[in-house]
Amino acid sequence: MSMKLSTRQVDGVTIVDASGRITLGEGSVLMRDTVRDLLAKGNKKIILNLGDVNYIDSSGIGELVSAFTTTKNQGGELKLLNLTKKVHDLLQITKLYTVFDVKEDETAAVKAFK
Amino acid sequence: MEQTVSYTLDSTLETVDHAEEKATRIATELGFGEDEVMQISMAVREGAVNAVLHGNAYAPDKKVILAFQRTPEDLVITIRDQGKGIDLNGIPNPLAPENLLKTSGRGIFLMRSFMDVVEIRPSQTGTEIKLIKHVHGRSAGVKEGSQ
Repeated sequence: MSMKLSTRQVDGVTIVDASGRITLGEGSVLMRDTVRDLLAKGNKKIILNLGDVNYIDSSGIGELVSAFTTTKNQGGELKLLNLTKKVHDLLQITKLYTVFDVKEDETAAVKAFK
Repeated sequence: MEQTVSYTLDSTLETVDHAEEKATRIATELGFGEDEVMQISMAVREGAVNAVLHGNAYAPDKKVILAFQRTPEDLVITIRDQGKGIDLNGIPNPLAPENLLKTSGRGIFLMRSFMDVVEIRPSQTGTEIKLIKHVHGRSAGVKEGSQ
């Protein structure tokens, strides 16, 4: 299953709902383009909802890192929401879990923006 | 599954997906548990990415050779490319604080995290990655029973 992304706005925060696989190729490119497009349009408070992402490879991890640093470098903030166990475990073993701001509740994640 | 099956694949992105699919199917047939199947398939995917991108650099005249061998104790997977060989000393530790926010360089680390043994043999005519997963616990019983 390839990746699908859709965006919605909640209280000034852009939530990107992702589903499927974030892997080398289409999935990674789509994620990169979506985040860059949001930033270009001035949407700098971003939540990546990964609740329906069932697979991610090293390229996908790289895209999450890229999204995080690109957003931060442009004065924005990016949080991750609803990690599946597989994605959670991957971020743990790569020591990225503590680098990202990970939330489990959407309302709390939206309120957590400064 | 026969004792050994081997595939010669093009240096394309599709090969990465195909390698992962074959690994998932074979590991499942051998009776590995769901988590182990995921680990094996992801390790194979990362190995195939290495071979296609970094080894063969998508060259149409270069192939990726993927082999699965079943032994009584192990599933042994070999991924060979026809590139110039990788410099193992040049691979940074992705867990080092200065590398945590790098967007690449985690493939070999993930292979080593998910497999019991990872051997990488670079040479000027290509790199061979050997991935070994031991059969144990309930998997062994299922595997023996399915022979």
